[in-house]
Amino acid sequence: MAADSAVLLSLVEEFVSGLQDIVLALSLSLTSSQPHTRARAVQLLSQVLHDCHGALTEREVEVLLAFYENRLKDHYVITPPVLHGLRALTKCTVLPPGSAVSMLRSLFQDVHVQSLMLGERACVYNMLINLMATREAELKGLGADFVFGFVQSMDGERDPRNLLLAFQIARTIVLRGYDLGKFTEELFEVTSCYFPIDFSPVSPCLLCLVLCGVAGVSKYEHKDVAEFLEGLWASLRREVFQTASEKIEAAGLAALTALTSCLSRSVLNSDSEDSLSTFLQLVLTDCKHHLCEPDLKLVWPSAKLLQAACAASSRASHTVADAVMPALIEQYNGRAQCSQRRTLLEVVQRFLQSVKTCESEESVFSAFRPALCTVVFSALTETNSSLQITAASVLTSLARHNLLLDSDIELAVDHLTRLLLTEEDERVSLAVVECAGALAELRSAAFITNLIPRLKKELEASEKLSHHAVRQRCLSALAAVSTQPGVVQESAPVLLEVLGSAHAGGVVFSVEEVVAACGSLRRIAERVQDTEETGRCFHDVIIPRLLSLALQAALQGGGGSPGRRSPLLEEVVLAAMVPVISTSCSRLQPTLAGQTAARAVSLFLDGDVSFLPDNSFPSNLQLLKQGDSWSQSQMVCLLLGCVCSLPRTVEAPRLDELMTELEEMSCACSHPLSYTSAAKCFAGLANKRAAGESLDGLIQRTMKRVCSELDCPSSPARTQAFTLMIWVAKALLLRYHPLYATLTDKLFSLLDDADLGPAAADAFLLLMSDTADILNRGCHADVRIMYRQRFFSENSAKLVQGFNAAPQEKKPNYLKALSNIVNKLPKQVQLTELPALLSLLLEALLCPDHAVQLSTLSCLEPVLMEPPPALIQQLEALVGRLLALTASAVMSVRIASLRCIHSISCFPAHEVLPFRARVLRALSRPLDDHKRLVRREAVRARAEWFLLGSPGGS
Amino acid sequence: MSQLENANPVIFQRSGDRLLTSNDEDEDVHDPIDDREIFDIRAINDPEHPLSLEELNVVEQVRVQVNDEESIVGIEFTPTIPHCSMATLIGLSIKVKLLRSLPDRFKIDVHITPGTHASEEAVNKQLADKERVAAALENSSLLEVVNQCLTPTRGI
Repeated sequence: MAADSAVLLSLVEEFVSGLQDIVLALSLSLTSSQPHTRARAVQLLSQVLHDCHGALTEREVEVLLAFYENRLKDHYVITPPVLHGLRALTKCTVLPPGSAVSMLRSLFQDVHVQSLMLGERACVYNMLINLMATREAELKGLGADFVFGFVQSMDGERDPRNLLLAFQIARTIVLRGYDLGKFTEELFEVTSCYFPIDFSPVSPCLLCLVLCGVAGVSKYEHKDVAEFLEGLWASLRREVFQTASEKIEAAGLAALTALTSCLSRSVLNSDSEDSLSTFLQLVLTDCKHHLCEPDLKLVWPSAKLLQAACAASSRASHTVADAVMPALIEQYNGRAQCSQRRTLLEVVQRFLQSVKTCESEESVFSAFRPALCTVVFSALTETNSSLQITAASVLTSLARHNLLLDSDIELAVDHLTRLLLTEEDERVSLAVVECAGALAELRSAAFITNLIPRLKKELEASEKLSHHAVRQRCLSALAAVSTQPGVVQESAPVLLEVLGSAHAGGVVFSVEEVVAACGSLRRIAERVQDTEETGRCFHDVIIPRLLSLALQAALQGGGGSPGRRSPLLEEVVLAAMVPVISTSCSRLQPTLAGQTAARAVSLFLDGDVSFLPDNSFPSNLQLLKQGDSWSQSQMVCLLLGCVCSLPRTVEAPRLDELMTELEEMSCACSHPLSYTSAAKCFAGLANKRAAGESLDGLIQRTMKRVCSELDCPSSPARTQAFTLMIWVAKALLLRYHPLYATLTDKLFSLLDDADLGPAAADAFLLLMSDTADILNRGCHADVRIMYRQRFFSENSAKLVQGFNAAPQEKKPNYLKALSNIVNKLPKQVQLTELPALLSLLLEALLCPDHAVQLSTLSCLEPVLMEPPPALIQQLEALVGRLLALTASAVMSVRIASLRCIHSISCFPAHEVLPFRARVLRALSRPLDDHKRLVRREAVRARAEWFLLGSPGGS
Repeated sequence: MSQLENANPVIFQRSGDRLLTSNDEDEDVHDPIDDREIFDIRAINDPEHPLSLEELNVVEQVRVQVNDEESIVGIEFTPTIPHCSMATLIGLSIKVKLLRSLPDRFKIDVHITPGTHASEEAVNKQLADKERVAAALENSSLLEVVNQCLTPTRGI
């Protein structure tokens, strides 16, 4: 259920704009007669409130408060989520006057705090803390009642975490002068009984948590802490030096940071000593010398402690850095071994990362700038790859601290370029590309003048195909550095030039490299800042150039062997170009994107080539009416990129005309890529088109045409019509258009079709899964929440009926369709829906199709963790079929079935014991399987079944 | 068990899971049963400590001999101290684990690493005697202890 509400919550965040919608949507559950249903609804509402309490209006808060206060009187299972929600409301800034009082009155009246669970008690204390922070005057108006309520709430509290909260409240009550009335003694009694605190830490983790709490929450005078500093430090050091788990170490380090920052905040009196510097001296004395030991044995724990202190405050970081950095640099220069140098460099890197940079201030490390630069540049020239990788990340950090002068940046770019062009180690080049990307974001000038021209030269020069790896690195580096508009102006032409030469055949580029160049353009489109300048670059330069190149290639025609014709005719290359275009249209400059769409439409409808560069095209182009020339007709996939990913605010022009042509092409063309792309493009437009009669008419017309093709078994265009139908069905299903049902019903009926049956079963996978190039949220498609669940719940009965009525040889199609649908449902939905489909799933285990077996097994596996009663009744059939599948010819089926058998061993023992001997016997065979992975599952499953019902076993 | 015999044993690091290779996923490649696969019995719990036999270095991969073709498996195990009274029990657990995990065709030989236990010979003899092993497993209290050693520890 926790997972369930997490899913719902994320959906709510994504889709629901107003609180009103949520309350309306929940209204049935909120008023359900089942207390558990009400509790879940309130829980969801409360979680939403936690996330959006800042955005509520006073009126909304008032209504919610009245509701929540009333719910406190409800069934006890509802109390926890109600408290949770009330706590969210206490954080509202617009809490109406008087509401704090009424909230507390109902709370103290209706809830007995000490009989709540730990988390809910904490919730109550937090509410009090929130209200005391913002509504002090109002609470004081309650007089002694407030103190009485609090005393009753905390009386008997035993959990140390809750006590910390309660003490905080008690302290505020006393300090802020709340009226104690006649409850002075009671307050004293309930708090004093805990003193002296005799606390033996059960787990150090808890200790650290407590420490964090103490150091972080409270406003202790530094004098209070001062006398304990030595003890605290000793125990923290012990936890980190002799750590047993990463969690404890992290908690210890966090505590050290919190403590240091607490000391940094303290105000010094004239007579007191500076406790921060005393404390840091302690830390430095114990840790610094480890950084200089010849064996570097304790270097990491010491460095982590120092970094934790360093991260606390500006003053602390100055003290620590001044003491540590010279020693580290000296160490680095004094050592010859690469591994030691790398360790030291990594320590330096962690120090750089631990200190937050602040633009207005000079960096803590500026005194060490020259020395650090020397170290980094010398490390970059080493041959040891790990050292180079670390150096690259230090370089990035130095740039983030604004420590690099222009001359340093130039030197850095030189080094990076050299490494890009010469370094063969993949990890190094990856680190170098990443570093170049980070640096270019901060200091782009040197990259424009230096790096890009060098890469350009490299890409133009190398005739040798052996340079493949170098070219790949150049292409990915060009993408990585292009996040600033100025850089894109320089890098994009280089990438376009690669495509141009590949087409012209001047420099020989492999298809793979052309795809990589398109991939780089796509990455730029995804990451670059959306400015007018970049928008123009993409919409006025890059996209026209891509279209122009593709059109030139298309007009040359697809004749000749694949080795000699233009690579731009290859499907993989076109498939890589589409996302460049669609990403630009979906995220860069909507107005310009609209212009791109208009130009593309007139190119495809009218043959208008006026916006294309290198314009030597014939004037009578008819790209959508090319039955014979596949090289021209497949261009339609680029049209898809231009018109299907526009933001919803931009409408594609001449929709009716365009969709008619696309429909015609998708039904009449015989080239698979062409008719599929036309169908997808049609679907993409249908998905976004405004609802109404014109859309309905269009769909009905298309539907009629598709059905007439499909109903004629001899028609040559059946596959085409089928393809169009699936895509349109998907487009309508996503937006909950009522007409989708006619299309999917047709699809169901095709499961019995002699030719298209298997394809129809596979089509359900397409309906239920996300597609990368179209009809997804990235292309601003109209995708409603939970459309899969909705489709499933509306259609599962049809599937079962169809299955029962179908002739034996058609049944596998139904099973495959079912497994395609069920597999894409969220696990939580599967668990609730599967019992109804159990008989079908068991049937599917007998289906000879391996894909069906596998997907059925993967559906079953999670269900077996919490078996529904219906399943236990069918145990005989289940076990028998699973055991048969352990001898399957397909390895993954054997593995999945063994896992399921393993899970069954956890069923109630009295149900499965009768099968023990049989399972053990059957499992001895897969123990000798020729695949190790199968044997491993068999061993695990058999071990569990042996323990079942045996003394000492489960 | 009033007093642990070896209250503070030296603990060794666990080796990671076997790395997957592309051969492992290729249906057509035959993967022979090898020493590493047998060594995966290392997850047996020690009867005295909340540690596995691997962590106590009782079993090591170098002390596993496998011949898949001739269906022979030999394992030497090293008790933590020469007078360890648990040696027979540990040996029995290893033997039972192998019996449950390996195909019937294998002949399984479990014995103490030579020179590491005071009553090495007697223990080896017991472990090699099929009848005695079978009889031991008839004894439900002994089976209980063995099963506890073989129950997978749930991750904390």
